[in-house]
Amino acid sequence: MADTAFSGKSVPIKPKLSNDDWIMRGAMILIGLVLIIAIILPLYAMLSKSFEDSDGNFIGLANYVEYFSTPALFQSIYNSLSISVIATIVVLVTSFLYAYALTRTCIPFKKFFRLVAMIPLLTPSLLSGISLVYWFGNQGVAKELLFGESIYGPIGIVFGSSYWVFPHALMIVITALSIADSRLYEAADALRTSKIRTFFTVTLPGAKYGLISAGFVVFTLVFTDFGVPKVIGGNYNMLATDIYKQVIGQLNFQMGAVVSVVLLAPALLAFVLDRIVQKKQVALLSAKAVPLVPKPDAKRDMFFLGFCTLVAAVIIGMIGMAQYAALVKFWPYDLSLSLNNYNFDVMDGGGWDSFYNSIELGLWSATIGTVVIFFGAYLVQKGRGFEKGRGLFQAIAIIPLAVPGMVLGLAYIFFFNNPDNPLNFIYGTMIILVVVTITHFYTVSHLTAVTALQQMDNEFEAVSASLKAPFYKTFTRVTVPVCSPAILDISIYLFMNAMTTVSAVVFLYSSDTSLASIAVLNMDDAGDIAPAAAMAMMIAYTCLGARILHALLSRGIMKKTAAWRGR
Amino acid sequence: MADKEKYLRIQNVVKKFGDFTALKDVSLEIEEGEFICFLGPSGCGKTTLLRAIAGLDIQTSGQVFQAGRDISALPPSERDFGIVFQSYALFPNMTVSKNVAYGLENQKLEKSQIEKRVRELLETVGLPEQGEKYPAQLSGGQQQRVALARAIATSPGLLLLDEPLSALDARVRVHLRHEIKELQRRLGVTTIMVTHDQEEALTMADRIVVMNDGVIEQIGTPIDVYRKPECAFVADFVGHMNFMNGQVVESDRIQIGSQQLAAKTNGHKPGQAVQVAFRPEDLVAVEDGDMNNAISVNLKDIEFLGSFFRADLTGGDLGQSTINADFSINLSRRVNLEKGRELKIRVPADHIRLFPMEG
Repeated sequence: MADTAFSGKSVPIKPKLSNDDWIMRGAMILIGLVLIIAIILPLYAMLSKSFEDSDGNFIGLANYVEYFSTPALFQSIYNSLSISVIATIVVLVTSFLYAYALTRTCIPFKKFFRLVAMIPLLTPSLLSGISLVYWFGNQGVAKELLFGESIYGPIGIVFGSSYWVFPHALMIVITALSIADSRLYEAADALRTSKIRTFFTVTLPGAKYGLISAGFVVFTLVFTDFGVPKVIGGNYNMLATDIYKQVIGQLNFQMGAVVSVVLLAPALLAFVLDRIVQKKQVALLSAKAVPLVPKPDAKRDMFFLGFCTLVAAVIIGMIGMAQYAALVKFWPYDLSLSLNNYNFDVMDGGGWDSFYNSIELGLWSATIGTVVIFFGAYLVQKGRGFEKGRGLFQAIAIIPLAVPGMVLGLAYIFFFNNPDNPLNFIYGTMIILVVVTITHFYTVSHLTAVTALQQMDNEFEAVSASLKAPFYKTFTRVTVPVCSPAILDISIYLFMNAMTTVSAVVFLYSSDTSLASIAVLNMDDAGDIAPAAAMAMMIAYTCLGARILHALLSRGIMKKTAAWRGR
Repeated sequence: MADKEKYLRIQNVVKKFGDFTALKDVSLEIEEGEFICFLGPSGCGKTTLLRAIAGLDIQTSGQVFQAGRDISALPPSERDFGIVFQSYALFPNMTVSKNVAYGLENQKLEKSQIEKRVRELLETVGLPEQGEKYPAQLSGGQQQRVALARAIATSPGLLLLDEPLSALDARVRVHLRHEIKELQRRLGVTTIMVTHDQEEALTMADRIVVMNDGVIEQIGTPIDVYRKPECAFVADFVGHMNFMNGQVVESDRIQIGSQQLAAKTNGHKPGQAVQVAFRPEDLVAVEDGDMNNAISVNLKDIEFLGSFFRADLTGGDLGQSTINADFSINLSRRVNLEKGRELKIRVPADHIRLFPMEG
């Protein structure tokens, strides 16, 4: 060999960046900076606020000392924890049985039960509180069922919370139970294992990670929720309502910040634990399982049909009562129907304008959010080199999931309401509502996009580069069309959450930018419960409409692209 | 600078992934129009080298020159190559024609020109009627032809094929092997193909680059690599090879088992322990009693492989060692190949190769 021709040292190479590389990195850094401004800096502002007195002087842990020496305040930690634990148990059991019925039995009307279970997603969590007032409140129709106990307090919070987080848990558990391997059951049968033993040795372990994950989700949602305890909590204090009271009621921003930190800590812990558990799960999933097809079993199916009917009846009862109450003239004295309660313009809460504002917020969040989030995920997934930057971006994109809405909203006050902040001008406008909503729901959307992008062949970018196609051409002509179902999913997710969220925006709306969900809150606060129910139902119908539109669009896209999606 | 610059020159290329060194100072020259195969087991660095040449994963150090141009640090988009992957990487939402036209559109050609060229290309790869179909509607072999057409559409100076046949059925693979080779010869495009399949490399390549553990073990024509492996790794990896421990006795004699044989000892000193290698198909069953360079063995087992028999031989001069010998069907008609039988086997001196003992 002509080795002599090569003799020489190996010259270190510094890769030259193409125009695409520059643009992609620049865009990613830009989105990364926006994320830092939208999540990291506000959280930092809030954290530092918790160490300051009302004049802005650093006072160390004094606020925390005050917090923990005020029983009325730290009692809320116990309250929040115990309510969350109880609700988690209730929801896990219910959603497991319901999911089991949908995946492992032969009950009829499975589609119907599945749809009914998703109803709570259409409304703000406030609605479940309002419904409970009509069912079990002081003038409630079924008040006697509580045997003298008051619905205003722990019972109401657990019931209401369980109602609205049910679909969140159900979706996870259904997924976990759907991936059963029928070969395991055949093996258990062949070994003459009893049904009970099979359940505890095959079914339950198989769904273990799904249940754990659902548990964390339910715990965090209930722990950080503001809507249900606000409406039905009475004098029972929870952390999320404490923040609201400190900030809105007493204008004690420092204490609000302290409570936020206290609220953030367990949420953060649950988040970290969940991620550790989920990492384990990936390793346990087997590649090719034979899907389980349930066989009829009259007794079992009867039981589960009864159970599902009961749960569905409760869900329909909750939303149905809200609708009924909204149409009743004067509860409980004049039960004739009218549309008087929809005359929002004569009530406190911003009137019909707040409803239109909500739709505007939903549309802006869905469009801008989807574009930014999907493009950001694309840059992270398909960029070339720059591993450190991409890793950092990925880490920042995960953070919003761990931050409760109340905390985020309060953090925004501290950060954006600061007169020294050049971005101060967005305070009190629609812009800040859009920013906080997109940020609040960033992570789930980001992960949806990442999953879709990961399913695409990694060599598309390599081929495009070899064909001298700029990245944006391949992005618009290949990536976006192929990922269109995921993109639609992200936009509907953002829209529905923008319509129903209360927690993040409650600190940030102004008289010009009141929202439908805020109107529900304020009307309820002012005692206009029926109009509040009416507005909550307006939100529900809007979300339902969006859902139907989404389903139609998805089906249309699938039909149009069936030729190339193939298989 | 040399009087005639080679088309592709790879000079002292090193690629590190963290602590792991995937390419250890690799140098290589490729002539214009050559068909080169990078052959080696998985993890040997062959794909890493291909991706460095493409600029997809640029080397840590070392240079790459293409047509006299230093492309070492250039991003893929500024290099001149077409590439085909094992996964085809066809854009699923575009028809076959659109896929093939993708690179042409970036050259700002006129629409009619593009259409004409796409038709030609589809004709060339044998898919003239399939232009309006989507990739998902084609078979694996057809998809890979489309990928090939797309890669050569812009007439790149260098064609890179990353295990293009590995995902296909055995039959399709053999067929497409010939077609790719034929196409390459017709276009005269310099081509590098990565493969772990030695048969593919032997049938397609002008020269094979055998790689192992981040270094090039041997570069040579298929016949050279097969007949004159330069190291035990190549001898073992390409084709089937018997290895026995032996010793050099004289400058032209070696000992294996209890028998001395004539062999070229090229460089190995008398008394030195060596690995003695010879291929099963080079062994000859002695039918005429001529014991020149022959050993006496027992037929332990015999396996029918369709066009020939492969025998396990042991005992006799071999002692405990076992070697393989391939016997033709013709031979089996003349010679009794019963298990347990004693056989005389000639090991032609020309076909014995010696390698230093490992470690």
